[in-house]
Amino acid sequence: MGPRFKLFLPLFLFALLAIVLFRGLFLDPSEMPSALIDRPLPSFSLPALGGDRQLSREDVTGEVALLNVWATWCVSCRVEHPYLKQLADKGIPIYGLNYKDSDSAAQRWLDELGDPYRLNIADREGTLGVDLGVYGAPETYLLDANGVVRYRHVGVVDAQVWETVLEPLYRELKTGQVAP
Amino acid sequence: MIPEIGHFALIIAFCLSLILATVPAWGAWRGNSVAMALAPSLAVGMLVFVAISFACLATAFLQDDFSVQLVASHSNSLLPPIYKFSAVWGNHEGSLLLWALILAFWTAAVAVLSPQLPLLVLSRVLSVMGAIAIGFMAFSLFTSNPFARLLPGAPADGGDLNPLLQDPGLIIHPPLLYMGYVGFSVAFAFAIAALLGGRLDASWARWSRPWTNIAWGFLSLGIMLGSWWAYYELGWGGWWFWDPVENASFMPWLAGTALIHSLAATEKRGLFKSWTVLLAIFAFSLSLLGTFLVRSGVLTSVHAFATDPARGMFILVFLAVVVGGSLTLYAFRAPAVSSRVGFDWVSRESLLLCNNVVFLVATLTVLFGTLFPLIVDAMGLGKVSVGPPYFNAVFVPLMALLVPVMGMGPVSRWKRDNVSRWRQQLLIPTAVAVLCGITLPLLHAPYNIWVALAVLLSSWLLLGLLQDFWQRLRNASSTASGVKRLTPSYWGMVIAHLGFAACVIGIVATSQYSVEHDLKMEPGDSRELAGYEFRFIEVAQVRGPNFVADEARFEVTRNGEWVANLNPQKRRYLASGSIMTEAAIDAGLFRDLYVAMGEPVGTDGAWAMRLHYKPMVRWMWLGAILMAVGAFAAAADKRYRRQRVATKASSEAVLHGA
Repeated sequence: MGPRFKLFLPLFLFALLAIVLFRGLFLDPSEMPSALIDRPLPSFSLPALGGDRQLSREDVTGEVALLNVWATWCVSCRVEHPYLKQLADKGIPIYGLNYKDSDSAAQRWLDELGDPYRLNIADREGTLGVDLGVYGAPETYLLDANGVVRYRHVGVVDAQVWETVLEPLYRELKTGQVAP
Repeated sequence: MIPEIGHFALIIAFCLSLILATVPAWGAWRGNSVAMALAPSLAVGMLVFVAISFACLATAFLQDDFSVQLVASHSNSLLPPIYKFSAVWGNHEGSLLLWALILAFWTAAVAVLSPQLPLLVLSRVLSVMGAIAIGFMAFSLFTSNPFARLLPGAPADGGDLNPLLQDPGLIIHPPLLYMGYVGFSVAFAFAIAALLGGRLDASWARWSRPWTNIAWGFLSLGIMLGSWWAYYELGWGGWWFWDPVENASFMPWLAGTALIHSLAATEKRGLFKSWTVLLAIFAFSLSLLGTFLVRSGVLTSVHAFATDPARGMFILVFLAVVVGGSLTLYAFRAPAVSSRVGFDWVSRESLLLCNNVVFLVATLTVLFGTLFPLIVDAMGLGKVSVGPPYFNAVFVPLMALLVPVMGMGPVSRWKRDNVSRWRQQLLIPTAVAVLCGITLPLLHAPYNIWVALAVLLSSWLLLGLLQDFWQRLRNASSTASGVKRLTPSYWGMVIAHLGFAACVIGIVATSQYSVEHDLKMEPGDSRELAGYEFRFIEVAQVRGPNFVADEARFEVTRNGEWVANLNPQKRRYLASGSIMTEAAIDAGLFRDLYVAMGEPVGTDGAWAMRLHYKPMVRWMWLGAILMAVGAFAAAADKRYRRQRVATKASSEAVLHGA
């Protein structure tokens, strides 16, 4: 290795870096995990959909559960909906966050298509959505028994996503669960 | 009409940069002094036209010309005038124009302030800077034209500036940061010129030093302002998030710190020549890389601009040309054999080498952490995010390694020192530092070992400086003459190192001692936090120029005595409807009290509130200011000007001789 050779080292490293950066241009970084991973669900006070109740953080925490962000204006949510019902039938607790939507449209949707949710938070202004860092519906957050966000999935939850990603995590949290 | 003039001025500036990059460089190659002599005027001309262009854009913003697309989407008629002005750089296109303006400013500054540089060197330096300017102005003109019109169909009012950016700190944060980023282009240009000329001697190091110091000082201030802004504007009391964009500004700072120290060794002792050139290239490349990361959309960040793959591709190609080109030049032209000048292991040189190793490792650590998600993603291994735990785990030990060396630096001698002299010099400082480290943290119960370590290291730094200072005065005939003999560059070093010590204490104390409560409070409630009583009096509705807000009124007392009234706000901006948290802070040298509003809870007027007690958080920013002051002081050293006069005299002699 001649002395001149080591002077080419920086150039070589930069070339590697440039390749990575080039690849990076064609990837979508918005599929990144939420900044809230392993942090508690933000506290909120928002009305329940189809009722006068005010919901707070305590209403949706206490056991391992899914928090699903949905809206009637979201086409993918309609695709996702039947599978959520299957999950609910299996006894998986699912809470809904009705995101930037109108209450009447959302209520009609649930009446027509069925209601997989234990409770629905009506986030008309999207304030909780902002706190959660929602990019768009649908998104699904996995909460542990202490209300800590453990995983975030952007996009439709279907059989494949559930079986390969969410269910293993869900089982793990369930078995490792300690009383809050 | 005005936007068209601005557009036209930018095109002229672009043409001037084309000439600047080629004609003087050609002149330097062929020995044509007429072509070389054009460089300074071209540089000044470029500044004039970019400035006209920038002024036109600013005018469009100040006059609410919503037919300009940029104004329509980033300003609003209700916006206070100062924010209309800062909105010019609160977006991708405008901030790019600011980049170009600052680059033109630095280029013209080099042209005007260096009449003593040999024409050959000056023309090369200015040509390199002109070439960089080509890239940025082409980027602006071809992919991100700030003057694009929305015609027909100009909206009646604009979409408003992002409320996060409507803040005094954000008015000057980008210009300062860019002064730093772009300022490294001067050191870069000097390094390239030296490589082109094949003369890597002490003189290029001496020429680059003041420029590098000034750029580094601005960068320190810019980073500090960004951190301060995040602290009070984002509403959760954090001051550094290791966010990719923060890292993008921090990496050139780290590399720049290494460069400053390495330049010292190159200037004084002719050592580390190739290494220093590489660092100069590295520091500016990291500035460019930062620009790429922020504007290409390859990483997510709260700071990222709206992105577009065409822009990403443009800047990647530009990056490849500038960095790839300069590293190729380096590979072929840098001296491959190490300098014949030797030094002992016990000497100031070896301490500076330690500094360089630590800062280089730190830079690469941050670089790796920032790019790791991208690397993993590019290899198809999934998505990961690298968080503060990684950065902290690497950074804390690195800094703990650095400070002991830093304390020895000032008292050490060039070339050869001896261990017994060090032992004798540092005995008292060490003893006192250990004493301080043990006793001072006792003032704050419970005893914290990390704070103790930080106090130990910082006081070691401080006492090392004092020891050296005393030594210098003792050797002088009288105290006054001793003080007089100290040069600005010595003062600069002392101030900057003190700033670093203050930073270390501030960071560690605030991370270890901070107390925060997230709680639900109703009007009338009182909470105690770290000995302070926070009483929530009421919530009031207030109206600002372009927002309405809920304002909580807090009264803070300590042992029954009034301390402060704190009025945090939850703002709703009218144009965009976005909600912003405005924290209220009672600032102090030894502690900050901080209240931010969360969400309303229930119907009885209760709110989620965040109360923070942050000890010594100001020391961190104060330290950064000291570092910048130190850098500016060092750049003002007469030595650089005196050397210039000398070179001028000698070059004139050569001219007259010829």
